[in-house]
Amino acid sequence: MVQLLAVLIDGLIYASWLFIIAVGLTLIYGVMKILNIAHGSLYALGAFTSVTFTSAWFAHGYPAMGSYAMLALAAVVVGLVAGPVIERGLLRFLYGKDEVVLVLVTYALFLILEDLIKLVWGVDPLFVQGPKGETPYALLGNFSIGGLTYPTYNLLLVGVAIVTAIVLTWVLARTRAGKLLIAVIHDRETAAAMGIDVGRTYFVTFTLGAMLAAVGGALTAPTVSVVTGMGAEVIVIAFAVVVIGGLGSLPGAALGAVIVGLVRAASIHYRPELELFAVYFVMAAVLIVRPKGLFSAAEVRKI
Amino acid sequence: MKLDRTTLTIAAVTVVLLVAGPLLPAWMMSLIKISLCYGIVVLGMLVLMRTGLVSFGHGLYYCLGAYAAAAHDKLANSLAEVGDASGWALLRGILRLPKMLVDALTGVFGPYDIAVMLVFSVVVTGLTAWILGFLLRKYREIFFAMLSLAFSMILYGSLVKSSALGSTDGFNIAARSVFGATLEDDSLRQTIFVSIVAVTMLSAWLVNLYLRTHRGRLAEAIRDNELRVEYMGASVRRTIHVNYIISAVLAGLGGALMAINIGHIDPEMAYWTTSGEFVFIGILAGTGSVLAPFLGALIFETIRSFAYEYSPNTWQMALGITMLLVILFLPGGLWSLFRKMRGKAA
Repeated sequence: MVQLLAVLIDGLIYASWLFIIAVGLTLIYGVMKILNIAHGSLYALGAFTSVTFTSAWFAHGYPAMGSYAMLALAAVVVGLVAGPVIERGLLRFLYGKDEVVLVLVTYALFLILEDLIKLVWGVDPLFVQGPKGETPYALLGNFSIGGLTYPTYNLLLVGVAIVTAIVLTWVLARTRAGKLLIAVIHDRETAAAMGIDVGRTYFVTFTLGAMLAAVGGALTAPTVSVVTGMGAEVIVIAFAVVVIGGLGSLPGAALGAVIVGLVRAASIHYRPELELFAVYFVMAAVLIVRPKGLFSAAEVRKI
Repeated sequence: MKLDRTTLTIAAVTVVLLVAGPLLPAWMMSLIKISLCYGIVVLGMLVLMRTGLVSFGHGLYYCLGAYAAAAHDKLANSLAEVGDASGWALLRGILRLPKMLVDALTGVFGPYDIAVMLVFSVVVTGLTAWILGFLLRKYREIFFAMLSLAFSMILYGSLVKSSALGSTDGFNIAARSVFGATLEDDSLRQTIFVSIVAVTMLSAWLVNLYLRTHRGRLAEAIRDNELRVEYMGASVRRTIHVNYIISAVLAGLGGALMAINIGHIDPEMAYWTTSGEFVFIGILAGTGSVLAPFLGALIFETIRSFAYEYSPNTWQMALGITMLLVILFLPGGLWSLFRKMRGKAA
């Protein structure tokens, strides 16, 4: 019983983390039809930048609680710098190309960013840590549930995921910007003909997506050692999440995150040797039954 | 049959490699060997890319081929154990077959015979691709890429946790003979080189023949418009399935040759970044000719080994930039440069 509870809680925490990363990926795909492999690098950039920002914060001897603000700032800075640079500097020349070609472009970008990170931050593992070993991860203390103790930081993760989901759903369904975005998703050309600035929509979407990846990275940084190559691991699992849910679908990303989170937590608790196997097995199984993921719209066949 | 230009080029390349190979310095030899092993995998990608499909999981067959070659005795033994444990006579009999085959071949040729290893890799990758093909042939574009990726990550995930096969470290293997003739030191090195050249060039020649057959030519029609191909009475799924199996077997051979060549295998061969490298070389080379993948692999390996030598932290960046430039300015790959030059000369 306790183990079942542990699976549920671990699964949900992991799902929140996955959702934060995957939602940016699915948003970018939904609007721009780009399956962005470089999303993993943006995640890593967020993590590395937050190490730099928090170290500077701690080095000045400011109160440790402020390190959370530094994490948030790191994510925003990465999003606002890397997003526009990549979209304006590279992607905008490639709109309208084959989806697979665009995957390869982002793969090239992934390779470039991986080395850029090595050049800037070196290859040694880094930690988000103050001079007395205080970390944002432990700062909030612990909470107990059903005899199990977890760092309260995990609640922050769950909170961020839920707020992100609610805000995005609200923006898409209830605001003018969201409705314009949906018009662009449905038919880019018609939307452009009706006077919607498609270029601007793409720009904003990519920047937002990049920022979400960086938020994921910044929130992960205090919980792990920040190493090069962390982006490569994350991107495949984020792919699994969005593919299970249906590429481009917001509720799909949420459901995919919960499924992958629970499957992974269950396999870690009951059959640890099947951890990776289980996640991708579920992905393959879902694709076999629903070739375009769980939440996918029917497509018009074009001759 | 009239000898075409590609056949002559393949023959010429084979002769040059076999004659000049032993005279080259060791580092160049190893560069060529690795490029040939990578090249044959990418040749598989080319067969698939002609139908318009890009697999982001070809590491699956590359890795599977290597493990089938290196661990065929272990795999056969564990299958037999599963059969024995099941208690069903029929299942037990079927699952003992691979072990009987391994024992019989080992009896004739001795353990770790290069020819036997290659045969196992072809059988295992071919069978796997035949089964997965029924599924994958229904998928296109990004969904094909993603489902292939999932399968390769399943293999990666299983191998990483399988202590019998060395987990993340993999294990070492050493080929000992070819067709029963025992080999040592120099003769072993040379035989490995000759086997790699022979297998890769023979495959290139066969693929070249295949691409000229009726079914081979269908591939490009499918890439352009598969609905029209169906209307004309040809089966798109069947063609894709056949190409998929060919592609997988070639990737498996590449993995097996690489295992024999460097004497070590690990699960990293199935990781998505390895598959990404194959896609990379495929795009770099273009689908213009069966020799393009080998040229692409040679360029890739050269960039990698030199960049790695002089600046270990920026070699991926060099590759990434090269790839962007090729996609932006040479959509047909490097091979299209040759076409252009030839076009101007004519």
